[in-house]
Amino acid sequence: MLMKTCFLLLAGGALVLAQHGESPSDAEAGGQIFQGTCSRCHGPDGDGVPPINLLTGKFRKAYSDADLVKIIQGGISGTAMPPGNYTDVQAKNVVAYFHASAEAAASNMAPPGDPARGKVVFETKGGCLACHRVNGVGSRIAPDLTNIGALRNSRNLQESLVDPDAQILPENRYVRATMRDGTVITGKILDQDPFSVQIMDEKERLRSLSRSDMRSFAFLEKSMMPSYKGKLSSQELEDVISYLHSLKGVETQ
Amino acid sequence: MNSRLLLLVPLAASTLFAQVSFDRILGANKEPQNWLTYSGTTFSQRYSLLNQVTPANVKNLELQWVYQVRSLEKFEATPLVVDGIMYTVEAPNTIIALDAASGRVFWKYTYAPSADARPCCGRVNRGVAIAGDTLFMGTIDAHLIAVDAKSGKLLWDKSIAPPKSGYALTLAPLIVKDKVIVGTAGGELGVRGFLAAYDTRTGKELWRFYTIPGPGEPGHETWQNDAWKTGGGPIWVTGSYDPDSNLTYWGVGNAGPDYNGDVRPGDNLYTSSVIALDADTGKLKWHYQFSPHDQYDYDAVQIPVLADLQWQGKPRKVMLWAFRGGLFYVLDRTNGQFLLGKPFVEVNWMNGFDEDGRPKLVAGKLPSAEGVRITPGNQGGTNWYSPAYSPRTGLFYISSWVNYTTSFSKGEGEYSEGKFYTGGGGRRNNPNVVTPAFLTGANTLNVRKEEEGYGAIRAMDLQTGERKWEYKMSDVTDAGILTTATDLLFSGGRDGYFYALDARTGTLLWKASVGGYVANGPMTYSVNGRQYVAVAAGNSLFVYALRQ
Repeated sequence: MLMKTCFLLLAGGALVLAQHGESPSDAEAGGQIFQGTCSRCHGPDGDGVPPINLLTGKFRKAYSDADLVKIIQGGISGTAMPPGNYTDVQAKNVVAYFHASAEAAASNMAPPGDPARGKVVFETKGGCLACHRVNGVGSRIAPDLTNIGALRNSRNLQESLVDPDAQILPENRYVRATMRDGTVITGKILDQDPFSVQIMDEKERLRSLSRSDMRSFAFLEKSMMPSYKGKLSSQELEDVISYLHSLKGVETQ
Repeated sequence: MNSRLLLLVPLAASTLFAQVSFDRILGANKEPQNWLTYSGTTFSQRYSLLNQVTPANVKNLELQWVYQVRSLEKFEATPLVVDGIMYTVEAPNTIIALDAASGRVFWKYTYAPSADARPCCGRVNRGVAIAGDTLFMGTIDAHLIAVDAKSGKLLWDKSIAPPKSGYALTLAPLIVKDKVIVGTAGGELGVRGFLAAYDTRTGKELWRFYTIPGPGEPGHETWQNDAWKTGGGPIWVTGSYDPDSNLTYWGVGNAGPDYNGDVRPGDNLYTSSVIALDADTGKLKWHYQFSPHDQYDYDAVQIPVLADLQWQGKPRKVMLWAFRGGLFYVLDRTNGQFLLGKPFVEVNWMNGFDEDGRPKLVAGKLPSAEGVRITPGNQGGTNWYSPAYSPRTGLFYISSWVNYTTSFSKGEGEYSEGKFYTGGGGRRNNPNVVTPAFLTGANTLNVRKEEEGYGAIRAMDLQTGERKWEYKMSDVTDAGILTTATDLLFSGGRDGYFYALDARTGTLLWKASVGGYVANGPMTYSVNGRQYVAVAAGNSLFVYALRQ
């Protein structure tokens, strides 16, 4: 596992490393630190503490490289992230490893479509905004896609469009509660305990449901999203993927 | 029984303001209004004889006071209560003395740990010990300190191991006679664990027992090369004591590096074991190893619960143990004889025992480069959370993680002083599955399905090892358990509730929403004849009593 990751980043990460003034050997040294220590909690693939995925560049918020170095050295107080006694060079090498891994993951497929055409399909024929949200427009009941191009590669995006049941991340799970009065409530699960369940319902209402008021409660095994296989042409799909790939988040001032 | 106790309590109260002699600690059940040692008594049953709160009136419990700490760390301490004064610890190392009836503070003593401290898993502390008029606390930079219980002034401060090498004290000390006994954490940082006894008056070290035998000592042959020097074997949960045998019992943590056993061939004694030591000399009387050559980070840092009972028709001095690897054990505590071992959650790393009680490992279930799915997962079927035993119900109660699996990966790992030395890690099986994780300050919401792991109180029948009942939570639990002479069981969990169950049936009788993790053991005490129940949740200590 360690070796595979290292080779991958050496092959795919040279460009991004150069942008950051890092060399493949920096990243390799960082990889050894990461795999030797950080992976204990974060896992060898960097995804052991969800929703963080260190190796695809998915953090809780936008951090500068200097922030990351500070966190690696100083930890995050009040969390399980401990301080690590690393030199500046060692901590920077770990950051180099993040960059190289993220680039290797992102460069799996360069989308061939047209993002401008894809945006139109997304907003009209696809009807995607009925559930999804981009840059403050659309619904909140399905994942906000404003930043999706930074989080997913083209292969993942393609899969989600044609086979949405293939992978449903835990934070996007839907549940259905049948209440004692016969009302059926469907929504995205936000939290739960033995006595209640918190959801966002299909009208974007935040609701706390008492389990004692329920006749039944179940997770939906299928995604609420329809498959676009056959509904969009292959060109339209390519264009939508290309559009989604272009969504890298909102620049904050 | 009940009416006699009620008479006893006011009599015992006449000993008010006496020093806490070791005789008082040994006879803690004679003064159930107090809570004199981490686990209630030296038998560590977390069973209280107080009987004012009953299944019939528990619904009338109401909040009396709250004390908020300023630390955002996990609140793992169990308070002590001595004659109306409560002593607890705000993480990392601030002792607080409070009026147990009102929560008003008498004094605080803050120990500032060195920047060299590097506890693996949180800057936490589980509580203090008391002897005479002196409180004892271990610190995360591996000091043991003594503080005057009335003034809050430091009496002595002893450095017992180098924090830079990963040594840290997070457990509540145990008092035995004139000694204060502590062990050290650091199993993920390549320490060589030990347990040591110090003179309560001076801090002088009286004996030290290394959990990894050195050259020439029995058990050293279970290590090869120099692996013994960095082989782990931490002790970070308080032990027990039996005055009849003068043995003190302690659970020893994992071998290091945790997930890569290649560098440490052999059984790696006394890691993942219980050890029984002569309390005067620190000499080993017996041991039992739960996970020989452990590669799952299955610390045996559980509370040794001692009981004298009829076991399978004969009076027997036993030790009850809920092991992190997912099995419940009954051992003969006079000699370590294995009497019973049964899974209390699903277990896939072992399957049965040989006649000496050694677990039979399942082929193909060792951490590998690709990862191997192991049940229970990395944090165990249970962990350091205090279990409870009720002599009235005859049941043993375990805070359990059910349906909990992680993928164990073996990685490289070279020892470097003071750094993580784990040789791999545990992680979830794939991104579409959530499994309960090590308790962190963030990511607190629970969208898990039941098959991805949940917490439960599981009540075990000692005679058969079978489960009598289960109380299910949604999230997992890091809470300890308390039972009382009225067959109440108190506990909590990450769901953010504190609740009372019927200890015989597991039926929920009362609950309070406390809005944060319960990551400590509830305890009970009384002041002026009024019974209180205390539990910390999130960053606050909550104290309840019956509505007046």
